[in-house]
Amino acid sequence: MKRSGDFIFLLIGLLLVWQGLHWLAGDIALTSPAQTFAHLGKLLATARFWEHVTETARAFSFAVLISLIGGVGLGALLGINRTSGTVSEPILIALYSLPKVTLYPLVLLCFGLGISAKVAFGAMHGLIPVAIFTMKAIMQIKPVFWRTAHAMRLTPRQMAMTVALPAVLPEVMSGARLGFSLTLLGVLIGEMFASQRGLGFMITAAMGLGDIATIMAVAVFLSIFAVGSNALLLMVDRAAPR
Amino acid sequence: MAFAPAGNASSPPPGEGVVHARLTGVSRFFDLPSGAKLHALGPIDLDIKRGEFFGVVGPSGCGKSTLLDVLAGLISPTDGEVWFEDKRVTDVPDGVGVVFQEDAAFPWLTVRDNVAFGLRRAGFDAAETKRRVDYAVGFMGLNDFAGTYPAQLSGGMRQRVCIARTLVLQPRLILLDEPFGALDQQTRLLMGDELLRLWRETNATVLLITHALDEAAMLSDRVGVMSARPGTFIDFVETKWPRERDSRIVSDPRFGGITARLWEKLRVESLKIMGTQAGHK
Amino acid sequence: MITREGWIRFGVVAALVAAFEAACRFGFIPRTVVIAPTEMVVSLWRLIESGEYNDDILSTLRNVLASSLLAVGLGFMTGVLIHALPRLRAAIEPLLASYYAIPTFMFYPVFIVVFGVGDRAIIAIAVLLSIVAMITSTLTGLDRIPRVLRKTARIYRMNLPARALLIDLPAAAPYLFTGIKLSFAYAFIGVIASEFILSGAGIGYSIAYTYNNFNNRNMYGLMLLVILVATIANTALDMIDRRLQTRLRR
Repeated sequence: MKRSGDFIFLLIGLLLVWQGLHWLAGDIALTSPAQTFAHLGKLLATARFWEHVTETARAFSFAVLISLIGGVGLGALLGINRTSGTVSEPILIALYSLPKVTLYPLVLLCFGLGISAKVAFGAMHGLIPVAIFTMKAIMQIKPVFWRTAHAMRLTPRQMAMTVALPAVLPEVMSGARLGFSLTLLGVLIGEMFASQRGLGFMITAAMGLGDIATIMAVAVFLSIFAVGSNALLLMVDRAAPR
Repeated sequence: MAFAPAGNASSPPPGEGVVHARLTGVSRFFDLPSGAKLHALGPIDLDIKRGEFFGVVGPSGCGKSTLLDVLAGLISPTDGEVWFEDKRVTDVPDGVGVVFQEDAAFPWLTVRDNVAFGLRRAGFDAAETKRRVDYAVGFMGLNDFAGTYPAQLSGGMRQRVCIARTLVLQPRLILLDEPFGALDQQTRLLMGDELLRLWRETNATVLLITHALDEAAMLSDRVGVMSARPGTFIDFVETKWPRERDSRIVSDPRFGGITARLWEKLRVESLKIMGTQAGHK
Repeated sequence: MITREGWIRFGVVAALVAAFEAACRFGFIPRTVVIAPTEMVVSLWRLIESGEYNDDILSTLRNVLASSLLAVGLGFMTGVLIHALPRLRAAIEPLLASYYAIPTFMFYPVFIVVFGVGDRAIIAIAVLLSIVAMITSTLTGLDRIPRVLRKTARIYRMNLPARALLIDLPAAAPYLFTGIKLSFAYAFIGVIASEFILSGAGIGYSIAYTYNNFNNRNMYGLMLLVILVATIANTALDMIDRRLQTRLRR
């Protein structure tokens, strides 16, 4: 009860700050919360907006699937062996902290303009953090768990299902949440740079026209989606049996 | 050369028998998050004499550490008064050194710099600081580790660093809160010997909190036994050991009697904490 | 002193680069897509030698440095402030926890409209991306100062400034450094990405420009530069970070 109260407090605070910035910067630079939500309402009623949303959603769902399955697979593969884990960790971290936009021309040259480039770009952002979290989770399973499992004479399958999976699940879930957010960011940046469709393109197009209301409305729409999904994933994570 | 200028180590320190620290009617309550008040300690009336080695034993959670915090001026008592060297204690008084139960070595300083920390704070000149640090580091058997960082040391070694850091300031009252809690039995006994040697050399007054009955019986001139929460003293046991003593007194015929008496009192209190079904016989 | 894993890692990276080189040389990957790694090195060398992109390189590095410094300074101060006000902290904590989920970068166009195309918009978005890492690290660092060290400070009768400087700061330092490391990485990403989307200068802008003009040679030279600078800087910070962690954490 107290938590939801705090959350409402936070929302009101954010809206107040936003309104304050609007007064400071003026109408042209930053639309007010009321104007933005009104504009968003208008956008939501248009078919074109939903075409863009569908386009982004399509690319995003492919990308997020690749990020999660590929990331967990890669992480598990590397983490199962101590040496391969220690060898690859700094490489993965270096890849994670790389400004991946730099590589976008490479992606375009490989995949051409279109949805596959966007999917590839989203997966590039999301896959590595998922892999890092999964790998670390597997490497950090306490050795005593394995010894206990051996002492109970569990089969490898039973070990995986009853010991390894529950032990790594929380970490993998955190990785999945991070991967989810970064894949979304990757897809959107991809659309901003080179695409004729999608929400990222909408923002770039509006930027060219100086249409601040649309930029703000789309950005707020995306933020609400991102924070909402994050909260949902967090709830799934908390509800999972430990 | 020693920690304190006083001469003959085997003779009692000057002023022995005079009250050094005094607690009168001291109680301490804590506010719980629920709004209720927790009666943690007291009422306690206690005189600790100058040069005395006073041990405190009690069941876990009985307020031993609260007693130490109150005596050190880290927290103020809810009721009652604390006196040290004829002055009312309101904040941490001058001349008091504390060794905490937890590892308090500064991980960002070498062993030497840890030990020198208090001296530099107090504005001692470099020569005097070096003299005292060298002596304390040697006394605590840390010579080979003077340049290393605490993370490279074992728990016992780190605790030695904390003891050395406290001693170089030559406190007149040393408070120790289960300083050897993390150590194995053999190391505890040997550290106990070091502590006795140090107590004799410095002529300081010592209050040692411990949960190990044999440690209290071996080291102390007098042991106070505390009750379950709220902690009060339910017994004082005079050991009457000679000032010159070490861990070998565990084979003294009287030693078993002292620990037995401590356990007899403490057992009842410990059972109260474990729950009534355990106390039923 | 390099560990066995270090050698294997070096070998793995070298083998990957060699395989890439071979694939390019033997025509498995068309030159129109990617040029061979050795050609990238030659290209990078030439464009540094010619000085053609010096202004862009300097502009990017300057912006990364300015953004990191601002994010670290402001983030640290904000962290200390939030830590001192538990009520505010309780309200802000959920935002901090889900902040990275927000595609902050989508607000870059807003900054362009506010500040115009240029360094200020870039620095603003880079700071926005990286500051929260510093705030969170500062909060963690202050939270993890062992209580016993604060008690020890009182035994030495230290006042607040002395305690803050001699106990709190060094005790929180490893966590603060993690924040500095992350802030730098995010600032770098933010600056390059902003330059890429819309700006008139910088390495990111130059890569986008060369791409649009089909100048693959210069493009891959610049790409290599970004990869090298980011990897070397991040790895160096990471190594210092690990060393601090082992010294200070127990």
